[in-house]
Amino acid sequence: MIENFDLSLVNWSRAQFALTAIYHWLFVPLTLGLSFILAFMETLYVRTGDEMWKKITKFWMTLFGINFAIGVATGIILEFEFGTNWSNYSWFVGDIFGAPLAVEGILAFFLESTFVAVMFFGWNKVSKRFHLASTWLVAIGANLSALWILIANAWMENPVGMVFNPDTARNEMNSFREVVFNPVAVDKFLHTVTSGFVLASVFVVGISAWFLIRKREEVLARKSILIAGIFGLVSGLAVALTGDSSARTLAQVQPVKFAAMEALYEGKANAGLTVIGALADSGERIGEKKVHDVKLKIAIPKLLSVMTTGKGDGYVPGLKDLVNGNPERGILSVSEMMERGRYARQVLIDYKMARELGDTETMASLAAKFEEKDFVENYFRYFGYSYFEHPWQVIPSVPVTFYAFRVMVGLGFFFILLFTLAIWFHRKKTLEKNRWFLWIALFSIPLAYLASELGWIVTEMGRQPWIIQNLMPVHVAVSNISAGAVQTTFWLFAVLFTALLIAEISIMVRQIKTGPKH
Amino acid sequence: MQISYLFLREYWWLIISLLAGLLVFLMFVQGGQSFIFSLPRNDMQRKMVVNALGRKWEFTFTTLVTFGGAFFASFPLFYATSFGGAYWVWMAILFSFIIQAVAYEYRSKPANVYGTRVFDTFLFINGCLGPFLLGVAVATFFTGSDFTLDLFNRVHWGSGWHGLEALINPVNLLLGFGVLFLARVLGLMYLENSIDEKELTASIRKALVRNAVPFLVFFLAFIAAILLGKGYRADPVSGEVTLVKYHYLHNLIGNYVALAFLLGGVVLILISLWLGIFRGSRRAIWYAGFGTVPVVIALFMMAGYGETAFYPSSTDPGSSLTLAKASSSYFTLKTMMYVSFVIPFVVAYIWYAWGSINRSRITSEELAGEDHTY
Repeated sequence: MIENFDLSLVNWSRAQFALTAIYHWLFVPLTLGLSFILAFMETLYVRTGDEMWKKITKFWMTLFGINFAIGVATGIILEFEFGTNWSNYSWFVGDIFGAPLAVEGILAFFLESTFVAVMFFGWNKVSKRFHLASTWLVAIGANLSALWILIANAWMENPVGMVFNPDTARNEMNSFREVVFNPVAVDKFLHTVTSGFVLASVFVVGISAWFLIRKREEVLARKSILIAGIFGLVSGLAVALTGDSSARTLAQVQPVKFAAMEALYEGKANAGLTVIGALADSGERIGEKKVHDVKLKIAIPKLLSVMTTGKGDGYVPGLKDLVNGNPERGILSVSEMMERGRYARQVLIDYKMARELGDTETMASLAAKFEEKDFVENYFRYFGYSYFEHPWQVIPSVPVTFYAFRVMVGLGFFFILLFTLAIWFHRKKTLEKNRWFLWIALFSIPLAYLASELGWIVTEMGRQPWIIQNLMPVHVAVSNISAGAVQTTFWLFAVLFTALLIAEISIMVRQIKTGPKH
Repeated sequence: MQISYLFLREYWWLIISLLAGLLVFLMFVQGGQSFIFSLPRNDMQRKMVVNALGRKWEFTFTTLVTFGGAFFASFPLFYATSFGGAYWVWMAILFSFIIQAVAYEYRSKPANVYGTRVFDTFLFINGCLGPFLLGVAVATFFTGSDFTLDLFNRVHWGSGWHGLEALINPVNLLLGFGVLFLARVLGLMYLENSIDEKELTASIRKALVRNAVPFLVFFLAFIAAILLGKGYRADPVSGEVTLVKYHYLHNLIGNYVALAFLLGGVVLILISLWLGIFRGSRRAIWYAGFGTVPVVIALFMMAGYGETAFYPSSTDPGSSLTLAKASSSYFTLKTMMYVSFVIPFVVAYIWYAWGSINRSRITSEELAGEDHTY
């Protein structure tokens, strides 16, 4: 039955999904951003007729192709893993979650795959303008694809636009509009795609810097740095702005994750935002979870309160409030939520049993409960809590989210500085003279990948233990297969993806060293 | 006018069937890949074959992903049951597509670490395994699988082989090999259509005969097996699922559209074989393609329509999935129906884009003038 969970199976399933998602995300942001950079460059070629722009476009397009192929390869598995490894989840929310995935396929994937063929093979076969339109459509298609999958992902963090159907024992969509315009989805999409633009810009600036260090392809390098620098700077500022609005939304819909990101255990008014800090074990515990002190702390006073409530003296709940409850602030304890969730689950079980037995009278009275406002808002909304044994289980890993968030944000601001300097030196025609900058730009490439992955680590680790916020914990969502089977596929994926990544990097490096075709 | 829930379920089953039909047609890419070591006589011929297929591989891939996404959205209980239960079959299919996706782009690139032969082997594996396993998986729509669903629709798969046990059912193997040889036939016809090279064309025509015969044998044997065997009938009132002799035959006869699609599709495929084998026509692929799509739709209609459990459980018939039991809610199916109206627009731009880059056939000269080759 549903209560019998194999934790090793859950952990291996999580590990497999994390592995495939991390590998996939190594390639996606470059596709998202580089596709637009290609479109800008080709637009300049078509508008000016300057063959140099065509050469530049083709060079970056070669690198785009190498990256694109492995992104596609690693992407297919993610969609199907919802079914293979998280089948209980697939049924519970397929009615809602599947729709954006299907729309992604119909609206975005075909657009991308059709016009990427024209982009690669159409240079000598279609008109300049048709080719340019194709390049733009690839960029739009890639980012449209991101939109739909991020809508689906956002729904898992803030489930909206649905109603529970006791007959099917699942959530069903009742407002597509709410699902699409979910505030988490809007923030997430803008933040994620602009972070992809930043990564691609760092990539272009970094490789162009290498050409300048080696005194090769200087025209290509300077022009590429200008395009990527401007695109990166605008995108970097957008990342900062959307990150801010993401945090505000997060504080409302996932307060536990928000508190974990700040390592905020004690709720407080006038709360400052920690810029830098080091976590140390305080010796105190919430259940089996360590409580951390933030040492070496540098904080911006009141900013956390402002971000959360819009007021400097606003109260920000800490993890202790959120787990143990705080009646003064109207915060329920997790143990109370667990009780209410268990009641809701028992009602559902009773309903299912009555249906099995053909007891229509009981069925009707229990079905009516699922339409009562009080039951839905005060009991059923805590359904997911019924699966926990201890209140502390709702706390995610505080050190992982705390550090990952800070490194990500720090790197984000570093990239804004990097792009500003790139544009400045380009304007002053002193790029080659500032070799220190060129080396920093080159070594910023892995940092951009690090920041991008850390963003997802904050998002996904921070929302543990939920696969759907408040409705379904991860351990309930897993497929009923053996842990050994998942271990086997985990290692197969690990070996295969690593082998493909090695090939990808090797080919990419060789193509860069070879440079553009003359 | 209020659209009925029944209509929406059947509409979405038709969309799924259409996507399946297009997927099988587009598996000419896989079929062509399965010849990568046997058909070309030299490196230039192999390059022509790979480049002809490489310009289309993404469409097959995208159709597979969309097929999965559409199934997830419209029949999530199937998605959960089949993917979560028949774990190893789906994983094997996915692995074969993962290695395909990089193989084209990396095979001839300098410093690809493993050498061209390894990436060509990836293409060969995908070319054989992809169509075969997809055929076996679809055959279980007729032969059943070993699973039960509990009170919360959580799947419990009976066999520890998690789907691989389907490989010991001869009827499943008939469709597996039928789809494999169909993909090979389609692949040969596509290569004939796309490449202009005399020696290669002669090899293609010889291979066409050798693959058309096993395709017809396996496919017709499968059709005979399901039409003359027992089928999973779902009682429309009680929902009880029972095995009934000639059920799929009754389904076919009772559904004129399915019957017309099956017969019409088979006729088109036979015409394509005649054109390809006896007339050496480059247009054979179009007849075969336009024949494949309705044949696959007809098979799906037989499996899903007419009081039938489309994903039957052979061990616990009560757990079998019908369109009604497995479908999404009315609201979702209706919303998704509106989204599906863009499909003709998608098909139109694919057609236009294909046409724009396929104006000339592949020759060694054409490849020499290309910037982006595999």
